[in-house]
Amino acid sequence: MTALVPLIVCLPLLGAAIALMLGQRRRLQVIVSVLSLTAATVMSAVLLVLVDRFGPAVVQVGGWDAPWGIVLVVDRLSAIMLLISALMLLGVLLFAVGQGIIDGHTETPVSIFHPTYLVLAAGLFNAFVAGDLFTMYVGFEMLLSASYVLLTLGGTGARIRVGITYIVVSLVSSLLFLSAIALIYGATGTVTLALIAERMPDLPADIQLILGLLLLLAFGVKAAVFPMSFWLPDSYPTAPAPVTAVFAGLLTKVGVYAILRTQTLFFPDNQFATPLMVVAALTLLVGILGALAQADIKRLLSFTLVSHIGYMLFGIAIGTPLALAATIFYVVHHITVQTTLFLAAGLIYRVGGTTSLSRLGGLLKSSPLVAILFFLGMLNLGGIPPFSGFLGKIALFQAGTIVADPLIYVLIGVGALTSLLTLYALARAWNLAFWRPKKQVKDYTSSMSAQLVEDPQDAGLVQKKTISPLMVGATISMLVLTLGLTVFAGPIFDLTTRAAANISSPSTYIDAVLPNGTGSIEDSNVGTNFVGGAK
Amino acid sequence: MSASLTLVIVMAVMYAAGVYVMLERSLTRVLIGFLLVGNATNLLIFIMSGRPGSSPIVTGTSVQDMVDPIPQVLMLTAIVINFGITALLLALIYRSWWLAQLGDEGDTLTDEHATESAGDADATFRSSSDDDDAIAESIDEFERGDGATSDEDTSKTDAAGRAGASASDERNAR
Repeated sequence: MTALVPLIVCLPLLGAAIALMLGQRRRLQVIVSVLSLTAATVMSAVLLVLVDRFGPAVVQVGGWDAPWGIVLVVDRLSAIMLLISALMLLGVLLFAVGQGIIDGHTETPVSIFHPTYLVLAAGLFNAFVAGDLFTMYVGFEMLLSASYVLLTLGGTGARIRVGITYIVVSLVSSLLFLSAIALIYGATGTVTLALIAERMPDLPADIQLILGLLLLLAFGVKAAVFPMSFWLPDSYPTAPAPVTAVFAGLLTKVGVYAILRTQTLFFPDNQFATPLMVVAALTLLVGILGALAQADIKRLLSFTLVSHIGYMLFGIAIGTPLALAATIFYVVHHITVQTTLFLAAGLIYRVGGTTSLSRLGGLLKSSPLVAILFFLGMLNLGGIPPFSGFLGKIALFQAGTIVADPLIYVLIGVGALTSLLTLYALARAWNLAFWRPKKQVKDYTSSMSAQLVEDPQDAGLVQKKTISPLMVGATISMLVLTLGLTVFAGPIFDLTTRAAANISSPSTYIDAVLPNGTGSIEDSNVGTNFVGGAK
Repeated sequence: MSASLTLVIVMAVMYAAGVYVMLERSLTRVLIGFLLVGNATNLLIFIMSGRPGSSPIVTGTSVQDMVDPIPQVLMLTAIVINFGITALLLALIYRSWWLAQLGDEGDTLTDEHATESAGDADATFRSSSDDDDAIAESIDEFERGDGATSDEDTSKTDAAGRAGASASDERNAR
C-alpha cells in the first residue's frame, strides 16, 4: 500500500518524460498520457479505500526517519483530493484530445501540451501527498511551472500579456511561501508538518501570529482570496478551453487544501477565525459582484470561481469537525462543477463562435445538448436543491448555526445572498445565450444586460467549429460525476466527515508520522532559535 | 539566536531593492527584481540555519561543531527552481519583445509551422534562425527608414508600422 504513495507522483513524471521523447508521434503520445493518468486515477482510488480502512499511509523517502528525511503522508483528506483531481485531469485530457483531433492540434500542440500537462498532474499529486512544507513547496513549483507553460501555449500577444502578470503574481506568492518556510524552520527547527504541529503551540503567541499570517498570505494568493484575487479573472479565460477548465477546477483548490492542512495542523485553536471570516465574506461578495458585470461567459465563470472560494474559507474559519467535513465536501463539489462549466463554456465557444453574451443567441435550438449541460451545471453551482451545491452550502450553514456567533450569522446571510446572485448571473447568461432567439440578438435592449462589460481581450466573432463526440462525452461524464455527488451525497459526506475527524484532531496525523515520539527539542541539534533556545 | 548582522542587512537591502525594481513596468526589471527577492529569500533560509560551524560531513567532524545541513539543502533546491523559472521568464520576455516589434501584426500572423509534418525538425530550426534574421532586418530597416524619412517629418510610428509589415510579409512569403 505504501508503495502507491510515491508511485502516484512518479508515474505521471515518467509519462511526461516518455511523452516528451515521443514528440513526433502524436498518437503514441496521447496513449501514453491517457494511460498514465488512468493509472493514477486507479491508484488514488485504491489509496482512498485502503487509507479509509487502515489509517494514514506514511512513506519515509530515502530511508531517513520522519523529522529528518522527506516524508510523504496520505490521510483521508489527501486521498480524497488525489482521487478527485485525478478524475478531473483525466476528463479534461480526454476533452483536449477530442479538440486536438478536430483542430489538428493547433490550440493544444500535443508535443508540448501532453508532457506539460502530466508534469502539472505530478505537481498536484506531490502537493497533496507532501508530509513536509518544503516538499509541498516543490509540488507547488512543479505545478506552477507547468501552468506557466500551459497558459502561454502558442505564445500569442494576448496570452503573453496575461501570462506574465500571472507568472509574476505566482512567483511573489511562491517567494512568500519560501520565506514562511524559512521562518518556520528558524522558529521550530523542522519542516516536517507533524513536528511543526507539535512544536508550534510552544512558541510565543506573536511569533505564531507572524508565521500563521505569512502562510495564509502565501496560500491566499494561490487560492485567489479577496484582496489577492484580481489576477485570476484576467489570466484564466485567455488560455485554451481545456487548460482553463483544469486551472479553474484544481489550481485554486491546491491553495485551499494548503490552508486547510496548515490551519488545522498548526493552529488547532483556530486563532485566525475572525480575519478568515472577514476575508471569506469579502471574497464571496466582491467576487460575485464582479461576475454580475461580465458579458463574457468565461470571465463570468472566473469571477464565480473567486467568489465560491469564500465558502471554503468560511468552513475553515468555523473550524468544527462538521464545518470541516462540509468544507471538504464543498471543495469536491466545486472542483467538479467548475470544471464542467468551463468545459461547457469551451463547447459554447465552438458552437457559437464567441463567449460574449451580447453576441450569442439561439443556441438552445442549434445545440440543445450544450444547453442542457450548461443548465444542469448552472443549477448545481447556484445551489438549487437537490444538487450537491445546495447540500454543501446547507451543511456549511448548519455547522455555522451550531457555533452561533454573530459574525457567523452575517456570513450565512452573505453566503445565501452569493448563492442567489450566482444563480442570477448564470441564469441570465443562459437566457441570453441559449433561450434568446438568434434574430433578436441585433438591437437587443434589456435592463438585465445594460450593465454588462465586455472582455477587454475580446476578439469578436470567430469561425464556428464542430464539436467532436469525445469532447461532448468528456463533458457529459464530468456532469454525471457532479450528479453522482448529489445521488451519493450520503456516503460521500460520511467519508468527508471521517476525513474531517482526522484533521480536526491533529494527534492522529502526528502519531502516524512520528510513531516513536519526537524526542524533546533539547535533544535535536538544529536551529532551535526560539523554542527553548532563547528564553 | 545568533545571526550575522551583515547578512541580515544584506538580506534586507536585497528584499527592498528587489520589491522596488519589481514594481517597474519594464519586464527585464521585473526579472531583476525577482532574482533579487529570490536570492534574499535564500539568504533568509541561510540565516535561519543558526550558528556557524564546520561542514556537515559525517566523517571527521563532531556533531557539536557541525553547521545545520538542512537549510543548505533547501537553498540548493530553491536556487535550482529559481534558475528554471528565470530561463522561462527570459524566453517570455524575448517573445513579448518580438511581438512588440511586430506591433498588432504579431497577434494575427498565421503560424507557419501549422502544416508542418512530423519529420520537419530541421526546417523548424532553420526557420527559427530565419525569424531572428527577419527581426534583425526589420530593425535595420526601421533605423534606416527612420533616418531617411526624418527630413520629410514622418512620424516614428509610421516607420515602425512599415518595418513590422515588411517583417510579416517576409514571414508570409516563406
